[in-house]
Amino acid sequence: MSSVTDFLVNFLPGFVLALMVIILSAVIFPFAARRILGFMGDRLGPNRVGPQGLLQPFADFLKLFIKEDVTPSQAHRMLFLLAPAVALVTPMLTQVVIPFGEDYTIADLNIGLIYIVAVGAFSVLGMLIAGWASNNKYSLVGGLRSAAQMISYEIPLILTIVLVAILTGSLSLNKVVIAQDSVWFAAIQPLAFIIYVIAGVAELNRTPFDLPEAESELVSGYITEYGGMRFAFLYGLVEWGNVTVWAMAGSTLFLGGWRGPFFNSSIWLAVKVLAMVLVIIWFWATFPRLQIDQLMAFAWKVLIPLSLLNLAATSAFILIWPDNFLLPTAILSWALIALFILFFPRIVRRILLNTRLKLLATRRMTTVISGTGKGGIRS
Amino acid sequence: MSSAEELTGPGHPAFHLDEMVLNMGPQHPSTHGVLRLVLHLDGELVVSVEPQLGYLHRGFEKLAENRTYLQYLAMISRLDYLSGFFMEWSYVRGVEALMSIRVPKRAEYIRVIIGELNRIISHHIAYGDFLMNLGASTPFVWAFRDREDVYDLLEMVTGQRMMYNYMRIGGVRWDLPGEFEAGCRKFLKNFPAKIDEYEKLVTENEIFLSRTLGMGIIKPFEVLDYGLSGPNARASGVDWDLRREVGYSVYPEFDFKVPLGQHGDCYDRYKCRIEEMRESTKIIEQALDAICGGPVNIKMPPMLRPPAGDVYRAVETPRGEYGVYLVSNGGLRPWRLKLRDPTFSAISMIPKLTAGNKIADLVAIAGSLDLIMGGVDR
Repeated sequence: MSSVTDFLVNFLPGFVLALMVIILSAVIFPFAARRILGFMGDRLGPNRVGPQGLLQPFADFLKLFIKEDVTPSQAHRMLFLLAPAVALVTPMLTQVVIPFGEDYTIADLNIGLIYIVAVGAFSVLGMLIAGWASNNKYSLVGGLRSAAQMISYEIPLILTIVLVAILTGSLSLNKVVIAQDSVWFAAIQPLAFIIYVIAGVAELNRTPFDLPEAESELVSGYITEYGGMRFAFLYGLVEWGNVTVWAMAGSTLFLGGWRGPFFNSSIWLAVKVLAMVLVIIWFWATFPRLQIDQLMAFAWKVLIPLSLLNLAATSAFILIWPDNFLLPTAILSWALIALFILFFPRIVRRILLNTRLKLLATRRMTTVISGTGKGGIRS
Repeated sequence: MSSAEELTGPGHPAFHLDEMVLNMGPQHPSTHGVLRLVLHLDGELVVSVEPQLGYLHRGFEKLAENRTYLQYLAMISRLDYLSGFFMEWSYVRGVEALMSIRVPKRAEYIRVIIGELNRIISHHIAYGDFLMNLGASTPFVWAFRDREDVYDLLEMVTGQRMMYNYMRIGGVRWDLPGEFEAGCRKFLKNFPAKIDEYEKLVTENEIFLSRTLGMGIIKPFEVLDYGLSGPNARASGVDWDLRREVGYSVYPEFDFKVPLGQHGDCYDRYKCRIEEMRESTKIIEQALDAICGGPVNIKMPPMLRPPAGDVYRAVETPRGEYGVYLVSNGGLRPWRLKLRDPTFSAISMIPKLTAGNKIADLVAIAGSLDLIMGGVDR
């Protein structure tokens, strides 16, 4: 009997908290995204329902919930219905180890970092199931794309998390936050932070890596066949829940978690999460989409070597200066990032465009019909 | 041999396991209307593409045979709905040539001004949709924002936003309203900065370059083989622009460049359109400076009876050469009307350009060709 009460006392508050975070993010972020995208495109965005359109998400959810729940007749019924639930596992479980405040973590595991990686790898499963079970070709291609993409970008993501573990000397996320007492890891390891952001955006299937749901190619990818409540579940809860969880982990690993100037509180965590989500929305408004082979090339030829180099060099520096390694590693990482930004266009063109640029160099067109005038766009 | 052929060739049976047939369209976000593409996919690779037309067929050529020359004018801008003014222009030029009518000078200037404004909004769509196909959302919205300024001007002149019905045989319907010139000059003053803004967002973006450079190359002789025209042809270095070569209307009076590409890839086609928007603003400016007074149309009888004969007249629309072949037997109605749409030729390039590329490239190439199905399925 006591074990049941124990379980309830330990489990229920954490479960409710995790669920609340996800529901809140599903309410706030899609609306915020639409509003901000609107402002960036010189529009207003949804502003009709409630003051400044604040009730728009509720109207959307109401609409989606009263819609008919359709299962395509040719779909694999059980897996089709199961996929949204499977996909919700990652955003729910990742929050278990995130320190929400000074003295509140749902469960302070001493292998928190490994746990995050393990649970994060789970998210591809839901998408793959959804894509396969829908029995729709667009969904299938979307699901396969997400599998390939997430497995590739898992590696640079894990390498940056390993770097955090090395800097902290522990795998517990509470220790990670405490280790950033004086200075954030984002300042010591900006390269790792940027790789975390890039690989994370790819993991979340967001622009410019939104190939699994590329609406101009695959309609909606693995979500295509989902409608009504299940669409709300997959798009709202799972996708934006994943974004929130990625931002929470990122703020904890690199931006000092709940610590902040003046006072320490979970408000700082919320602020950092909002800032990181804003970056995603900003990307969304700015970038076109990569292509699948370029996406893979970018992961395997740019991000992974770079994060491996960073990891190896940082580890060597820690071996050389075991006591005060912060300054040398910081200098190294800043230098690397400066080089990265300086040579970024060249790297990208070399790696993503190599064959095609050679083709262009050899095949310079000569004008076959010459009109009366002269023109040219590449002077 | 394309990479798809290498992969699926007889030497590699292991890769020739299952080819997926995917119907892209007619309802698909990036087929611009109702183009249906039957794709044979090998994973992400496109093995072959088969465009299927006819989902928007309305029998426009046949309908012309049952209407008087003037009645048909109200319909023709529904063909290529993004450049409706050019449809009217090509048809009106055909009838005027049949009847040997000289159009008043002022009407020609007005035609050039409205036509170039229409070219700008059509290229706006080409820019926005191309970038939308590549996955960028903001350029599309910006393009629609700036189209609105032009639409206001066109509404001021014609009373309509898309289907103008402003041309008349022997001129235009009525004169420009008094406030048009100020409004137009204000637009022309602001517009080059807006084009710079589009370019700043997109042109040097590494992702954009990596998607478009060297992608979907059309060689100059292919341009001739497939009968491409407009920016699609000029991006391949084919220096051909009817405005300059034929010099119809008052175009010979204006000083404008014809932007050319060197490689004929998606990037060049995009860049050509951007530069054409700049050139169009220059033409409008010159036309506004040079415009003379006088009547804007000739008094015509309500029932036209052109003499028997046939004529081919074409104008340079934003998508290329739009041609009208008109046969008259001296009656009230055209005996036969044949329309030549540049997008039809562009669609015939798609299978050749996309085989061996990825699905994403197919979408990019289709976007760069600037397809409008309204004119294709007449």
